[in-house]
Amino acid sequence: MLTVATGNKAVATAVKHAKPAVVAAYPITPQTEIVEQIANFVETGEMEANYIPVESEHSSMAACIGASATGVRSFTATSSHGLVYMCEMLHWAAGARLPIVMANANRALGPGWNIWAEHSDSLSMRDTGWLQVYVGSVQEAYDATLMAFRIAEHEDVMLPVMINLDGFTLTHIMQPLETVDIGDFIPPCKIAHAIDTANPGGYGTLTPPTEHFKFRWDIERAMRDSVDVIRETEDEFARRFGRRYAPVEEYRCDDADVVVVAMGTLGKEAEVAADILRNEGIRAGSARLRWFRPFPAIDFGDKELVVIDRDYSFGYGGILARELQAAFGITPYSVIAGLGGQEVTYDDIAGFVRERKPGAEFWFGVSD
Amino acid sequence: MYEIRLHSRGGQGGVTAAKMIAHAAILDGKYATANPFYGAERRGAAVVSFIRIDDRPVRVYSQIRNPDLVIVLDATVMETVDVLQGIKPDGTVLVNSPHPVDMKGYPTSRVDLTAIALSIGLVLAGSPILNTPLLGACAKLGLISVESAREAIRETFNDERNVQAADQAYEELVK
Repeated sequence: MLTVATGNKAVATAVKHAKPAVVAAYPITPQTEIVEQIANFVETGEMEANYIPVESEHSSMAACIGASATGVRSFTATSSHGLVYMCEMLHWAAGARLPIVMANANRALGPGWNIWAEHSDSLSMRDTGWLQVYVGSVQEAYDATLMAFRIAEHEDVMLPVMINLDGFTLTHIMQPLETVDIGDFIPPCKIAHAIDTANPGGYGTLTPPTEHFKFRWDIERAMRDSVDVIRETEDEFARRFGRRYAPVEEYRCDDADVVVVAMGTLGKEAEVAADILRNEGIRAGSARLRWFRPFPAIDFGDKELVVIDRDYSFGYGGILARELQAAFGITPYSVIAGLGGQEVTYDDIAGFVRERKPGAEFWFGVSD
Repeated sequence: MYEIRLHSRGGQGGVTAAKMIAHAAILDGKYATANPFYGAERRGAAVVSFIRIDDRPVRVYSQIRNPDLVIVLDATVMETVDVLQGIKPDGTVLVNSPHPVDMKGYPTSRVDLTAIALSIGLVLAGSPILNTPLLGACAKLGLISVESAREAIRETFNDERNVQAADQAYEELVK
């Protein structure tokens, strides 16, 4: 059905269709509309779920962990300070192999106080064992949320999934949204190690040095297996609903000499920049990285890369640029732009490409 | 792509107006987005919303710098904001005003949305509702169809006076 929705509404609608048994949440700008909408669905009987309003994000994740440990589907949403406040519990969720799904409205961390888009919040949770996907439209926010449940709960994965959408830029924009009848796209939630009162067991007990590393390796093995599960899920989604996704969304990359790599909405804006540059005779393309964990394998050949980071690792560099450099031995032109909602237009992105200096780092609005 | 920048004050319904215009365009079979700029504004502060309408999916998320159309829901914002900033050379203006307004030579339409809202009692918390009649004016300008304007209003508000106000604005717009 064709509707019109914000990114937040799209996520909430997908969650309604995925039918989680438990939603535990604490509101935070610019995510609040997601949990507000879900609370409304539950209140009006449109959705059957146990909605638990908690007193903090640490508790919302703890409640999802508790729910998931009993073997049911659970969901929460957060942003920025809320995400880092639940950091300890994020490790717990992945370590306990609980397929919780969470939406994160990407937002800068203070101080200075800022409520606008930045990827530093989720990227600082890079090593928690969560799968991370970054979306670029309202439609994709809906589609990726549906797929997240299927991927997380797959027996080869059993890891939590974080759907990231740019705060305000995507959470609050109004775009067309085609919703689907999901049928049996998401199979019933089955967690083999769920709490069973008939067969009591210990959870989170002391794990000695002789055992701990085995559980860590198991997380990594699942993370590697998730690559196939993601591909299979995206293929099945395309077969059923006609919209195709891949770990990297490539636009005019095939014959490109230079490719802009970005995540989220800047990756969509980069497509318009590529069109402009093509008209000037510069063979440009855009590669929008959707999955950040597991980190996708990409063959850029000998193309030059302009990487836009809406984040920064102080004392090191743009996180995406550095990861691409480490993974593929390339020397990108690293652009730091869009921090805290800084305006970045397709014209600006075209400018980054025209002025690129491989190996250099450019802070938009700061560097000359 | 047709780009509209809408100037209003917090509490006047500019954000909802932008959403309804985009919604109506989508109902017309086009692609559209509405992205208000959310700041720390409070009721009464000058705010701005952006609407893009195109025949293909809109991939742009940044603010509109060179609008085709500038809509001014509250003429007093012009005392502090240069609403014509960046307007395209062939751009046009739509102002909520009972009188003709000189917009530096840019073709300007006007309609008294405030009077329309007040005349049929469309008042919320002491403020006249300007966004639903605005859709009628947009339909008259050919941005959206009358049917889609009505449908977008009805999907947002369940008070038929909003549709009546839009119809009235459609009739009263002075080009």
